[in-house]
Amino acid sequence: MTQATVTIKLPRRGSALGFLQKYGVYVALLLVLLFNLVFTPNFFELDNFRTQFVQVVPVLVVALGMALVIGTEGIDLSVGAVMALAAAIVPLYIGYGAIPAILIAIAGGLVVGLINGSMVAFIGVQPIVATLSLMVAGRGIALLIANEQLRPVSDLFVLALGRGSLFEDQPWRIPYAVIIAVVLVVVVALLVNRTTFGKQLLAIGGNRRAAQLAGLPVKRILLSVYVISAALAAIAGIIGTARLGASVPSTIGNLIELSAITAVVVGGTPLTGGQVKIAGTVAGALLLQFITATLVKHDVPDAYSQIVQAAIILAAVYIQRGRIFKR
Amino acid sequence: MTILETSAGPAPRSQVNRERIAALAQSYGAAVILVILLVAGSIAFPTFLSVSNFANIATQSSFLLIIAIGMTFVILTGGIDLSVGSMYALGGVLAAYGSHWGVFGAFALPLAVAAVIGAIQGALVAYAKMAAFIVTLAGLLGVRGLVYAITNGGSTTPLIQDPVTAAIGQGGLVGLRWPVFIALAALVIGSVLLSRSRGGQAVLAVGGSENAAALMGLPVARVHFSVYVLSALCAGLSGALTAAYSSSGVPNVGVGLELSAISAVVIGGTLLTGGRGNLVGTLAGVLLLTVIQNLINQVGSLSSSVQAVVSGAFLAIVVIVQTVLARTQRL
Repeated sequence: MTQATVTIKLPRRGSALGFLQKYGVYVALLLVLLFNLVFTPNFFELDNFRTQFVQVVPVLVVALGMALVIGTEGIDLSVGAVMALAAAIVPLYIGYGAIPAILIAIAGGLVVGLINGSMVAFIGVQPIVATLSLMVAGRGIALLIANEQLRPVSDLFVLALGRGSLFEDQPWRIPYAVIIAVVLVVVVALLVNRTTFGKQLLAIGGNRRAAQLAGLPVKRILLSVYVISAALAAIAGIIGTARLGASVPSTIGNLIELSAITAVVVGGTPLTGGQVKIAGTVAGALLLQFITATLVKHDVPDAYSQIVQAAIILAAVYIQRGRIFKR
Repeated sequence: MTILETSAGPAPRSQVNRERIAALAQSYGAAVILVILLVAGSIAFPTFLSVSNFANIATQSSFLLIIAIGMTFVILTGGIDLSVGSMYALGGVLAAYGSHWGVFGAFALPLAVAAVIGAIQGALVAYAKMAAFIVTLAGLLGVRGLVYAITNGGSTTPLIQDPVTAAIGQGGLVGLRWPVFIALAALVIGSVLLSRSRGGQAVLAVGGSENAAALMGLPVARVHFSVYVLSALCAGLSGALTAAYSSSGVPNVGVGLELSAISAVVIGGTLLTGGRGNLVGTLAGVLLLTVIQNLINQVGSLSSSVQAVVSGAFLAIVVIVQTVLARTQRL
């Protein structure tokens, strides 16, 4: 669409721009950490980092799915609604035990993913409207299920997912939520980089027609990507509920689609598809988390931290425009 | 897919008919459903069919309509503007602050700021070639941050100081408030611009095929730039009118309004890929959303979550039908 009008300046290999395009998010992450090392007292402490890592988990888990969707040149706006749906389902079935409740909550997310994916893959609806309709309807359904009420969750197993740690009582204890997130990061990274599914996904995002003509199962892969995104969002909703100790479908995951998209894009995954950067996505999510934490610790009002976030998105995308490196 | 299936020679008559019906349904489907809903609503609820209720629907629609008009232009170029909800809140707050200097300040201040913000977004999309989705997403966050920054984190709700400004929002003629007339005027001006002016035709051409438009010598970048300025102006105006209507600029209004505006435009038959659509469809889309909301309110006991489910499901059905129709036309 843009060949005729866009003149792309090709960054030379080894040029400053090329370096920033590839490693900008890591440089930014390093700079934020250095700033805090110098200016923020008590930032470099185990407890603080543990808090930061636990707080980033929902955004990170959602961003992993978002990265896959964006890799196919799609977008998933319904992730916040899926989190709300999962949060609403957990207390309903907690009577049957924690594991069944969690599985049913994830299944609820899968249904949303199937609807999203079917609309995109089989009918050809644009991802942005398909997932927009479920973003609106999904949260409504979540609120109806929960009777528009906040419900406390007291099941110890569920609570442990958000608050418990491995090696409890030790200074190096590792929160279960962080362990789950790390496992999911590894699984998704392997999925993208080491499996046929990952290669096909990238091929579809790079050039759908070519992928179709090459006989790739385009529809099935598109469907799978939205289902995976919804499943991850449901897991994020369960972890978020566990951390709060309450199911709050009215607010959980509000605007998380924006944070997740930001993390993915800042991490170097282009919105035009064909590339997925999992390590970059992790770095992007951490960058956003550390920036927010930095602003909070320096008593910057929320309003300004939103403006800073907006500026970061623009700067990241500005640097990445016209990027030509493939993988 | 289309290349493989296109056959040479004249198409059979049945196929031509099917294409024509599909095209009509695409353009006027929303209007037909609107009429059906109005008739059904009037039969089902005696309180629905009343002058005051219809005047209410008109007022509620007018604010969304003004935003959706700007959004239609953006979507016609193949773009999207996610910042309108925040821009709407900023417009309202600035109108309240500006009303210290009378009615001129109440409208000049929000419109001037909207134009600047729209120009920044437009420049980033048109000249820096950044994805509209991301630029206006940053706008959504940044402008809302700006609103909170000038209202002590949203805790201050500035009031409209000027009686003339308040009269523009609350006064009216023949039972309809002024914002309704302003929205209709915007609709007429927008429609004339779109179908009768060089700029409007350029918008359609750029949305249809950017390459073809560039080869025809159309100022592609300037068209992209202009629609974002127009959309920001529309959102700012709508916010200012809302502030005049409610006598105050509320900092946290308009969250999610961009989604309603996009829904209205899409329901009205404008293709998200750009190049095809019209403002009458957008009017039908806006009225449909407002009437659905009104009908749900008529039932009484139903909550806002039911409304969310209905509007979401409705949007899904509409886009599915439209996608199928668009495919029929392409065959």
